[in-house]
Amino acid sequence: MKRTIPLMITFIVGISLILAIFIPHDPFHGLDSNFSIFYDVIAVFAFILGGGNLLKVHLRKIQDKRLDWKYSIVTVSGFGLMLGAGLLKIGVDGGWSGDYQGAGGLFNYLYDAAFQPLQATMFSLLAFFVASASYRAFRAKTREATILLVAAFIILIRPTPLGYYLTFWLPKPLQFLHIPNLSTWVLSVPNMAGQRAIMIGIALGIVSTSLRLILGIERSYLGSEGKG
Amino acid sequence: MAEESKNVTFFEKLGTLDRRWIFLMIALAVIIPLIMKYTTSIPTSPLVQRLFDKTEDLPPGSKILMSFDYGPSTAPENQPMADAFTRHAFEKGHRVYLMALWPTGARQSLQLIDELINVEFPEKGYGTDYIHLGYKAGNQGLINTLLSDFTAMYTTDIEGTSIDEFPMMEGIRTLRDFDLILGLGSGFPGTKEWVQFAGDPGDIPVGGGTTAVMAPLLYPYYPKQMVGFLGGLQGAAEYEYALIQAYPEYMQKSRLASTSMGPQVTAHLVIVAFIIIGNITFLVERSRRKRY
Amino acid sequence: MEGQAILTTPLANTIGVWIGAFLTLMIFSFLYRDNPFYKFAEHLFVGISAAYWMTVAFWTTLIPNLFARLWPSHMGGVLPSAVGNEREWQYVIPLVLGLILLTRLVSRIAWFSRWAMAFVIGFAAGTNFTRYLQSDFVSQIQSTMVPLYEPGAGVGAAIGGIFSQLVIVGGVICAIIYFYFSKEHKGGFGKAARVGIWVLMAAFGASFGYTVMARISLLTGRMSYLIQWVSGANW
Repeated sequence: MKRTIPLMITFIVGISLILAIFIPHDPFHGLDSNFSIFYDVIAVFAFILGGGNLLKVHLRKIQDKRLDWKYSIVTVSGFGLMLGAGLLKIGVDGGWSGDYQGAGGLFNYLYDAAFQPLQATMFSLLAFFVASASYRAFRAKTREATILLVAAFIILIRPTPLGYYLTFWLPKPLQFLHIPNLSTWVLSVPNMAGQRAIMIGIALGIVSTSLRLILGIERSYLGSEGKG
Repeated sequence: MAEESKNVTFFEKLGTLDRRWIFLMIALAVIIPLIMKYTTSIPTSPLVQRLFDKTEDLPPGSKILMSFDYGPSTAPENQPMADAFTRHAFEKGHRVYLMALWPTGARQSLQLIDELINVEFPEKGYGTDYIHLGYKAGNQGLINTLLSDFTAMYTTDIEGTSIDEFPMMEGIRTLRDFDLILGLGSGFPGTKEWVQFAGDPGDIPVGGGTTAVMAPLLYPYYPKQMVGFLGGLQGAAEYEYALIQAYPEYMQKSRLASTSMGPQVTAHLVIVAFIIIGNITFLVERSRRKRY
Repeated sequence: MEGQAILTTPLANTIGVWIGAFLTLMIFSFLYRDNPFYKFAEHLFVGISAAYWMTVAFWTTLIPNLFARLWPSHMGGVLPSAVGNEREWQYVIPLVLGLILLTRLVSRIAWFSRWAMAFVIGFAAGTNFTRYLQSDFVSQIQSTMVPLYEPGAGVGAAIGGIFSQLVIVGGVICAIIYFYFSKEHKGGFGKAARVGIWVLMAAFGASFGYTVMARISLLTGRMSYLIQWVSGANW
């Protein structure tokens, strides 16, 4: 029950989807379509699981009065307020059949006033840290580091006036060294070669891991029950 | 000797500069050009031009699926792309289908409708020229579903009206019925998944508009698997440039990315200066260490 | 309706903008040092994010794609367009698997959730196997092995094109060699691996440049919001 059934489910679902590519007819085509829809629906339960887990962790933290437990009250309150506003469609025009994100609804208001600025600012903080990292860690210590530095330098100055004025005077036969042209070349030749090699490596890794999962060789997702 | 030790102290100080000074410099590098309204135009690169040309060459009435796979966190990069592309698509008389793989994406497409379509294209009809299908869960699984049966997941538009009631949904059975897919993304699921799960298996032209972080990773797909793509704010500014070149009437309207490129350029110069100073400090200290 | 009247007033809009601006400043305060304002904003963000995703997933997928298919006649109040549709029994399967997934929240029966996890993993493995093989492996090799010479190009462009194509082919091969650890990186193999590192470094440099670009764009967005707030333009 704890091990065999999950292994069987993974095998049947995985192998059916692979066969559906090579035999695009029923029953495999139908299975591919149905499994995709089932997967989409189950994904919603993953969101609910995430929310439930967050609530569980923070409520326990409040109960045990662990370090910074007072901030957990903020998390739980924010969660409850946003969820209540959305699920109950508070303030939405049209009642239960109205748009839950409709203008004037509390959910919409909280999104604009809190969620949107918080998420946007959280990510924008990285601009400061990336600048600090550029100053402290971006050093031409070795040949490899110098290549990295030069490539980044070309990309960074490309949209700036410096990128233009540094090399605009080059004669026509040397125009390929003009920074905007050089930037395009760096991206579409060495960058592309490096990214392609990484992509091929990742693809091989994913293909082999997928096979191991489908065949039941890789069982770490079963936890301790998967051993042996 | 006294002069040398003074220099060393200076470089040592530079090497251990409090990072909050760097933060302040970056903040000023962005704020000052914003206040001064410094803008700059970026000539179109071949990668962006190809996507522009593809949209330009599609016959009027072509069906373009735009997927909003991002949220407020990367909206300053992605939203100008959506704006510039929508202007171009409507200019050419194409039909635009808006959807999202990210829960936050549907809000970004609502913003597009409220702030751009309703303002600049009031003559375009909902359900005939554009439709908002909203978000569905499932990530790459959703794309897989849509490839075989579009209506299996999208039974209604974002407001719950059956899609059978919209004329522009006629004939849409699978993703193969679209003439172009534009994945506006900032991570997983996003543009890459549109190539893997729709473009390649369905032989559907896929274009992209991605954050600058994602852009270098997509180069291996170009030009065989992707029509072209916009990389970050710079890509959006390049698309705006191409649009203005082809349709000068957008000179005043389509400037969002170009306006934001002003602070971008200044901040780049400050960071380049940091890198140069950092390396000079490093070289001076290394030569000093070698000497003693 | 009453709520709508309140939340669409200019005063409500102004309060919303001020809340947004203060939350923005609270997050930015982290740049000075970690502090209670930042912690407050951070914890609030976690809570409302989780609730936002849950709510959106509930109304956009669970209702129209699951409940409306299993109980269409009961959807009158929420999704009128579904009333009259036929019940689709096969949707009991994702409902059951979804509920099974939620058993993870109860330690005693958490093992049960592996059934749903097994489905998710089986689906991901089955689809990724073919999609990655096609898009990220076979197509990449095809795209690398293209003709060196494009007829019709001028002499300069042709030389440049041949050089670039050689860099691509050589670069891909050398970088893959670098990732091959079953043979010691010595002799010619080691030299190729070394070239591979240079190619990868150029790629990482380009990525770094673009990452800086991306972060600055996001900061521009926030600063623009704050400038509008200070000037009162978005109140």
